Amino acid sequence: MAADTTVYKEIEGKGGDYYSLIGWLGVIIAAGLYAVFNMEHHGHVVTGMTNAVVWGTPHVFAVFLIVAASGALNVASISSVFGKYHYKPLARLSAVTAVALLAGGLMILVLDLGRPDRLIVAMTHYNFKSIFAWNIILYNGFFVIVLAYLWVMMERRMNPHSSKVGMAAFLWRLVLTTGTGSIFGFLVARPGYDAAIMAPMFIAMSFSFGLAIFILIVNAAYRSSGRPLGDKILFKMRNLLGVFIAAALYFNAVQHVTNLYAAEHGGVEAFILMDGGIYTFLFWVIWVGLGSLFPLALLFNPATGRTSTGINIASVLVILGGLAQMYIIIIGGQAFPLQLFPGMEVSSAFFDGSVHPYAPSHWEIMLGLAGMAAAVLIIAVAVKYLPLLPLSLSDAKVDPHHAKD
Amino acid sequence: MTDRRQDDMSTVDSATPDASRRAFLKGGAAAAAVVTLAPGVTLYATGADAAVTGPATSAKRWGMLIDANADAGVWDVAVAACQKEQGWGGGENPATDPQWIRKVTVKNPKTGATANMPVMCQHCDEPPCVDVCPTGASMKRADGIVLVDKHICIGCRFCMMACPYAARSFVHEPVQGQKPHMPRGKGTVEACTMCVHRVDRGQQPACVEALAASGSTAMMFGDLNDPNSDISRAVSKYVTQRIRADLNVGPGIHYRGI
Repeated sequence: MAADTTVYKEIEGKGGDYYSLIGWLGVIIAAGLYAVFNMEHHGHVVTGMTNAVVWGTPHVFAVFLIVAASGALNVASISSVFGKYHYKPLARLSAVTAVALLAGGLMILVLDLGRPDRLIVAMTHYNFKSIFAWNIILYNGFFVIVLAYLWVMMERRMNPHSSKVGMAAFLWRLVLTTGTGSIFGFLVARPGYDAAIMAPMFIAMSFSFGLAIFILIVNAAYRSSGRPLGDKILFKMRNLLGVFIAAALYFNAVQHVTNLYAAEHGGVEAFILMDGGIYTFLFWVIWVGLGSLFPLALLFNPATGRTSTGINIASVLVILGGLAQMYIIIIGGQAFPLQLFPGMEVSSAFFDGSVHPYAPSHWEIMLGLAGMAAAVLIIAVAVKYLPLLPLSLSDAKVDPHHAKD
Repeated sequence: MTDRRQDDMSTVDSATPDASRRAFLKGGAAAAAVVTLAPGVTLYATGADAAVTGPATSAKRWGMLIDANADAGVWDVAVAACQKEQGWGGGENPATDPQWIRKVTVKNPKTGATANMPVMCQHCDEPPCVDVCPTGASMKRADGIVLVDKHICIGCRFCMMACPYAARSFVHEPVQGQKPHMPRGKGTVEACTMCVHRVDRGQQPACVEALAASGSTAMMFGDLNDPNSDISRAVSKYVTQRIRADLNVGPGIHYRGI
């Protein structure tokens, strides 16, 4: 294996732009923590969440970030596991992005708990039949493995081990996203969930959401630091993103078509696809249209797909579509009532049988944005203090005839 | 594992060597000893009668039989009795207020036939809430009663996502008027306990007792494992239904007339 000749260097991070970015991120995070204080002091009554919609907007952001985290690792995996050397220079940033997104997602999840002060309980009491407990182990393991992976990539003496550790990280992230999807897949009583396809669908979505975020970070980092970024690496990521968007859409289509075939799922399918109001709008307009088909058109139309602006816009739309999809899955799945007596009309003072209303509170949105800001902050600080970014990603550097390592 | 822990909890009192303390705690009609330390600071000692029926054991399977053909009004009695016994209710936010037991109206849209019945925790043999709980706070006792250990509930609400019966509530606000036998806490999940504190004293759940006191036999409580119990005789005589029986989670609550 030839040595990696790429020169990595910390970004300068001294300009007013850098510090104003850090400042704004700090403000967003502080606002999120203030929201947490209110939610914990007054109780979750100040949020839009209820006894019917028990997981709300914080979970939309959290699950989105956790899913995207494993996807952001893909660029590193592609270079280490699948030997695509073009991606090698970005492998370090890919690993850091993965860790940062996971940290941001978990921050939201933990701070939304009814008793966040009992986090230590979650770390010391395990019910091994719970997919949630498994996820706690998977998340912690992801941090350990990806940080080890980053270390073997950055420590020259350990470079020869990077493909092995990279393989471990790749397998771990597949299991992790399987676990995240199974949080919903294992809910036997909810007609919107309870499907094995949740796990592979979440993996496909992770590829797409994670890469979209990664493309934006690479573009922002190179534009702001004035380092050369060639089209070659950008176009390769563009092609990958297109494939991943299509894959996510495919799994989602199979999920709905399968459900439509079964009469018992007719109600929830009609709710999401036809008469669910906000959920139907989010599904067709934001997720399918604006978040999937339109980005595909942007990426593969020569007029837009060959410009970084077009690719960036497509990436932003994929993220928007991803958040919409999470909203549909998490909140739409709960808004549709549990079927205590299938085929019967059910009513009660506890809102049995009726669609459960939900409106996100500003506290929830503040917490969700704080998690996103925390992820960006980790990346911004990491690229300033660690040699993560290659000095150049020009086409000459990302040379297809570059010695394979 | 969770069953064993609960066994231990139930036997804790009988294993206490300090007989005088037990005698003190059991003294008088009150189930709990109450000491006022200072104005507004009250110390409650609870669980004093937990050993009356011995430790929870799988030899028993507590369950209920509910007659959905009963007059709809009796279920309001049951709900009110539960509120009084366990100290919930009276809130002003119906979407977030806890609801341990509720009256559900079921109507056949084709025939118009209607039935009313109470729905609460169904105390399943294979409770999905227990399966998904990351910390083991959701647990099933050996005798089939499903509970939440408020000390290790982290408030993640995954059990509420998993429960097929919407039987659980999250405490969204600070709680007032707690009962000594039923500590409750903001940020944790709670549900019907089948009045475990009464059952362990050899009594009936509050809802069942209240209905009986009002002259109704629409709710029956007992040991489904005891072939001579009234409830066992009844469920072997009539065909009973269990809500979402298709999920095969084995609810301990049987219904007639739905």
